[in-house]
Amino acid sequence: MRLISKGKMESMGSMEKLRFVLDGVKSGNIVVLEGGLTSEEQMKLIELTMIEVSEDFPGIEISGYPSKRGFFNTRRKTRLTVIGPANTIKTIEKSKDLISTLISSN
Amino acid sequence: MITRKRLKGVFSRLLMSLLLKKQSVKIGIYGPPNAGKTTLANRIVHTFVDEDEDVGTSTEVPHETRRVIRREGVNIDLTANLLQNPVSNPKTKRSKAKLKLDVIDTPGLATKIDFRDFMAYGLEEEEAKRRAKEATEGVIEAIKWLDDIDGVLLLMDSTEDPYTQTNVVIIGNMEARGMPIIIAANKVDLPDSTPQRIKTAFPQHRVVPISALKGDNIDQLFEAMAKAFR
Repeated sequence: MRLISKGKMESMGSMEKLRFVLDGVKSGNIVVLEGGLTSEEQMKLIELTMIEVSEDFPGIEISGYPSKRGFFNTRRKTRLTVIGPANTIKTIEKSKDLISTLISSN
Repeated sequence: MITRKRLKGVFSRLLMSLLLKKQSVKIGIYGPPNAGKTTLANRIVHTFVDEDEDVGTSTEVPHETRRVIRREGVNIDLTANLLQNPVSNPKTKRSKAKLKLDVIDTPGLATKIDFRDFMAYGLEEEEAKRRAKEATEGVIEAIKWLDDIDGVLLLMDSTEDPYTQTNVVIIGNMEARGMPIIIAANKVDLPDSTPQRIKTAFPQHRVVPISALKGDNIDQLFEAMAKAFR
């Protein structure tokens, strides 16, 4: 499992960030992003994942919380996002303040 | 920057609607696989164009639609529809809403596509692999189309958990672009359907419970479309 700090993610560009996440997931890691991804970044991540789907890598499981709007709707604050390989994560469940996953070792 | 993009989207659409009268609006039908997107696209075309014309084929196998299909020039004319079906829905009796649209039926959005899942439906391995490859291309195509549409009809299966990340991501993207969105809670004809769960999950958006297959509440959806996508 990789727990990535908000500072680390903020130091990267958008594409660099997604590449970093996907490479981590393809290596079999569950990646937890403290600062999360925006919905646009998540859509890009899905697109990037689809390009790389193969017999050994069927895709990702992703869960997170929607961005919070700031003062006067001006700035969005992203929140925790969890991403893992679809062939390892059996279930991923989300409640108001908790994301839990069941992982298969096969 | 995101706010600027959103404002730009809202203002450009406002300006366009003031200066130019649009010929038609492009409405994307989005949602997860097997939510009933093609069934709804067929229902729209059957109602307003031709009862015998199908936009696409729907089956129980996921990712049946693997290419975006565009049906141009569908006139949603609720006045004419009410004259043909005067008792279909009393709530829409006084409606005079009209809308000309292009229906964009998209492949189901997914974060994973495993060819082995298709083999469970009886497909041979080679066929399953081919379908999986086409399905991944379909997801990418559906995402690319988000740049070219004017509004989204997001279809959810009301017998399933609505709070999936793909649903959240589509809604988040549309909100960031300032685009209109209607959520259709489909399959209300099934006994374990709970459209209220969808309303609770996404209270900021209009949710219309429907059965695309049986036609339940479909007039309410057309009415909401005519208002939201004008």
